[in-house]
Amino acid sequence: MQQTKVVDMRGITKRFPGITVNDGIDLSLLQGEVHAILGENGAGKSTLMNILFGLYQPDEGEIRIHGKPALIDNPNTAIRLGIGMVHQHFKLVQPFTVAENIILGSEPRRGFSISYREAVRRVEDLSRQYGLNVDPNARIEEISVGMQQRVEILKTLYRGADILVFDEPTAVLTPDEIEELLDIMRSLVRQGKSILLITHKLKEIMEIADRVTVIRRGKVIGNVAKAETNPSQLAEMMVGRSVSMAIDKKPIEPGKPVLQVERLVVKGREGAPAVNGISFTVREGEVVGIAGVDGNGQSELIQALTGLRKAESGEVRLMGADITNAAPRAISETGMGHIPEDRHKHGLVLDFSLRENMALRTYDKKPFKRYGLLDYAAIDKHAQELVEQFDVRCPDIYTQARALSGGNQQKAIIAREIEKGPELLIAAQPTRGLDVGAIEYIHRRIVEQRNKGKGVLLVSYELDEILSLSDRVLIIFDGQIIGETRPEETNDRELGLRMAGSRLDKDAERSHAG
Amino acid sequence: MIDWKRWFIKDNAAIPLLAILSGLLFGAFVMLLGGFNPIDAYSHLFRNVFGSPYDFGETIRQVTPLIFTGLSVAFAFRAGLFNIGAEGQFVMGMTGASIVGVLLEAPWYIHAPLALAGGALLAGLWGGLAGFLKARWGINEVITTIMLNWMALYLSNYIVRAFLLEPKQQRTYLIHDSAKTSMAWLSELFGSARVHWGIFFALLAAVLCYAFLWKTGQGLELRAVGHNPHAAQYAGMNVKRNVTKAMFIGGVFAGLGGAFEILGVFHYQVIASASPGLGFDGIAVALLGGNHPLGVVLAALLFGSLSYGSAGMSFGADVPPEIIRIIIGSVIFFVASPGIIRWAMGLFARNRKRKEVA
Amino acid sequence: MTYTAVFAIACMIALTGCGQGNSSEGAASPSSQPPSASSESPSSSPSASGQGLKIGMVTDTGGVNDNSFNQSSWEGLQQLSQETGIEVKYLQSKADSDYLPNLNQFAKQNYDLTWGIGYIIADSMKLSAEQNKDARFAIIDNVVEMPNIQSVTFAEHEGSFLVGVVAGLTTQSNKVGFIGGLEIPVIKRFEAGFKAGVAAVNPNATVSVNYTGAFDKPDLGKAAAATLYNDGVDILFHAAGSTGNGAFNEAKDRVKNGQKVWMIGVDKDQSLIFGNEVTLTSMVKRVDEAVKLVSKSVIDGTFQGGTVLSLGLKDNGVGLPADNPNLSQEVLDKVEEYKAKIVSGEIEVPTE
Repeated sequence: MQQTKVVDMRGITKRFPGITVNDGIDLSLLQGEVHAILGENGAGKSTLMNILFGLYQPDEGEIRIHGKPALIDNPNTAIRLGIGMVHQHFKLVQPFTVAENIILGSEPRRGFSISYREAVRRVEDLSRQYGLNVDPNARIEEISVGMQQRVEILKTLYRGADILVFDEPTAVLTPDEIEELLDIMRSLVRQGKSILLITHKLKEIMEIADRVTVIRRGKVIGNVAKAETNPSQLAEMMVGRSVSMAIDKKPIEPGKPVLQVERLVVKGREGAPAVNGISFTVREGEVVGIAGVDGNGQSELIQALTGLRKAESGEVRLMGADITNAAPRAISETGMGHIPEDRHKHGLVLDFSLRENMALRTYDKKPFKRYGLLDYAAIDKHAQELVEQFDVRCPDIYTQARALSGGNQQKAIIAREIEKGPELLIAAQPTRGLDVGAIEYIHRRIVEQRNKGKGVLLVSYELDEILSLSDRVLIIFDGQIIGETRPEETNDRELGLRMAGSRLDKDAERSHAG
Repeated sequence: MIDWKRWFIKDNAAIPLLAILSGLLFGAFVMLLGGFNPIDAYSHLFRNVFGSPYDFGETIRQVTPLIFTGLSVAFAFRAGLFNIGAEGQFVMGMTGASIVGVLLEAPWYIHAPLALAGGALLAGLWGGLAGFLKARWGINEVITTIMLNWMALYLSNYIVRAFLLEPKQQRTYLIHDSAKTSMAWLSELFGSARVHWGIFFALLAAVLCYAFLWKTGQGLELRAVGHNPHAAQYAGMNVKRNVTKAMFIGGVFAGLGGAFEILGVFHYQVIASASPGLGFDGIAVALLGGNHPLGVVLAALLFGSLSYGSAGMSFGADVPPEIIRIIIGSVIFFVASPGIIRWAMGLFARNRKRKEVA
Repeated sequence: MTYTAVFAIACMIALTGCGQGNSSEGAASPSSQPPSASSESPSSSPSASGQGLKIGMVTDTGGVNDNSFNQSSWEGLQQLSQETGIEVKYLQSKADSDYLPNLNQFAKQNYDLTWGIGYIIADSMKLSAEQNKDARFAIIDNVVEMPNIQSVTFAEHEGSFLVGVVAGLTTQSNKVGFIGGLEIPVIKRFEAGFKAGVAAVNPNATVSVNYTGAFDKPDLGKAAAATLYNDGVDILFHAAGSTGNGAFNEAKDRVKNGQKVWMIGVDKDQSLIFGNEVTLTSMVKRVDEAVKLVSKSVIDGTFQGGTVLSLGLKDNGVGLPADNPNLSQEVLDKVEEYKAKIVSGEIEVPTE
């Protein structure tokens, strides 16, 4: 059967001052397919989609929708043409209900008043039709991130979209939620929708996509059918060189304890204990991975270890010294490096230049401070060395941290945290949202620490990451360590079950209670 | 050919400059509506500022406190704090200087610096209090500083009334000559205008403010706290102490302005029914100056000149001085809404493009 | 702007109109004579000698449309300008620091006389007078001892005594009140005179005093009036500038709701602004006449710098307005009786 092209973009070129973001890109989306657009951060995927959605105007090229040339000069035109976009960062009004958010801007009217009952009914219908399972009357602030994403999907469906664009949809989701999202996508395609999926995750592509267009530096590198390719080929196309996913991890006998945690209790935001009596040890020359579903106390645990949150009780020892509830600077100086979970919130001052960010922990030490004044020559030299050593790609060290790509921001943080030679490195979600090339690099750096005989505590929601880096894996659930295993003794399915099995129990309880 | 649009958008100075221009044009428009001749009015304004040494000196006198209060607001802003309280800190600076200037007697080389320090310290504590409340209990500094403004006004009125009042007057005794920061020879040079040491200290303060924020570790901390307190805390900085410190130093700047008004201009303090408003003008000055010390100095020059020159407009062209408030107001409006300026520049650029195509 | 302008014109017409109408019935009710009518030099023949003379005026921070003495002074100057052809101009002061440059502006432009309106301008005027020895100045409400400054003060306590008499005789509850702006000597004079007047005719009446701390806060005036009226006070006298406007509004609200309360106005005949329903009478201060009087001395060449012109009941510089529809003949007679006693020196009104 000859499939029709619902979207046909030809020769799309978009230039920003000093840079060509999209350079003659051709892209076609067939009726009823999932078409993945694969590329590193900054390759030009988002710009291309923003052009399709009318947020940018291309400098050259033409767009055809359902075979007809279309001038998409703003998002409303795009919506009218049946294009819906599920943004990476949700655009929802938190205190409003699901139904209210969905109808916002195209409210069903009865006379002058808005008919909420009608809205709720239509949202329910759509939700049932595509198996979204969303409660129209729940408030956005009360539902999970995964649910919020479904609300975004419903918004596009409600407006009659038959071409759906997903921008990095899995970046914010837990493994379970990713599975569910993929199911929803399959259901959408079954019912005649066509999907453009922007991603840099090879695993998802292999699972759901029919065809893949790979973009690198604004150009189309290739267009392949999923059936005819494999992850390493895709990775090579994306990065432009061969990527080794295997990690050089020679066996080491762990040495003395670096970090000792005893019966640690930390309160969460609502005042209930988020970390409830956790004890574990990290030794020299080992990577200890903490596996668990998001929201089981990982964030609070790390914040307590690094001095950002107060511990209620228990004890934390670093190199034998008691650092329980010490100030962040004291902990850092005792020998801890910390790659924070949220690099924008904690890791960097985005409005500062790279050189200032590189000195963010050490600006008041020699050689950066002399006679009370900052010695910018020394700061620059230091930053320049780190940039070269850690391959942080930036125009220069005076560039604002905000202007760097996510991968390079993370490299800058890692450079700063590793360079000071910590005995313990805490890496929380170190590769979240990064592309294959950056992930590979960061993984190598983490293992390198271990190989040098340092201790590493790795917290991640990515099971693959945990399994490939860790020497030991601790499973965290509801603020407690509920099990320990070794990567070679388990696999992602089993590990996922041990985390998810408990979670399913919890959900069941919750739905009974509700 | 010069790419105008890019040059304008790139350059930080473009938006304030265009905003000023728009404000003046809007003021001219209002004058036309009111049946006045804007060209005549503006030329009188200009002449009143630069026309004679006396007027120029008085303009400098008008500019001086605005530099101080502008720095106060800008400094706190760099640490992520909105110091609405420059007004109250200014009043406390006046009060501190009056207390030392009236009650103490000492040689000039001790008395004047001490009076300045008294004003600066009192104002610094006044600002620091708001910072402390924010750091300790997270009370929004906008709210506390607004309330502290009123408390400063009434407290200073009380202090003047209870301890410093000259009988039968509603002001303090004159401060001792030894505490005065007037500059006789400079004043002479400007036809007895009340030019005083304050202007030099204001410029020095701007330089110090810049050096502190961008050349010292403490300044880096303050700016880090201002941009991203979470990252600052993560990096081991004491966010709470920095918040208090920023408000203290902001208060010191405003307080110096107030102290110089007493020591250099009035030589006494009155029981006031309303605060002088220079601290509030400082918010506008900081905004227009992009919260940068150099910008603050330039913006203070503009505001001071407009404000002083308005008397000339009123005198020479019979334009009510309220018009100047409209101009200042619209300048602030245009600065605060750069979107309008960008939109206008965009229109301009698009028109050009269209013409070029055609 | 337009409102105040209309008011200003209304006031001018009313005042001058009353003045003319009054001279005929002056004998019948002497107390209702406008205080200035007799002291005014004949204005029927506009003297041409005012041509070419320039007189300037610097307002205090209240501005020229303050419904009070700045406005009154400006009206006086404008009238004089019409009568004699002198050139007049005013400069408004936005802040305390503006007084000196504004005064200097006039002095340096060789104005023949520069007025400073208000107590607060004294210090700046002294400086300006020192810097410009050839210039002539005059100040309202304060005394500056300089050879080129004419000071003008009013015996507010004397006029206040008379409205105190009115209040003492009119009150039903034997409770009257006083609202002041700032607690400064000139306002203390109002308070002291008022208290003495009440006490003279009604020893049983109490006077409650409230200083709001501001001349430009109608909200404070309204709150102060509400407090006093709630306490059972039925007549309020204010010397609080536009703060007093709030007190008038409170009185209006209460009268509308059937409560019988009164206000006594200040500086000008405030019944012209707030109506006869609430305005019992006013303590009129003829700032305009004083301004005209001293300005004329410049025209005549009789300007006396270094002296103090003190205008009391005797000079009709203070007193009740021409028209007092709310006062009975009985009360008016009593007022006239005390006025005579004060003028003759039999009663000396306290000033604080």
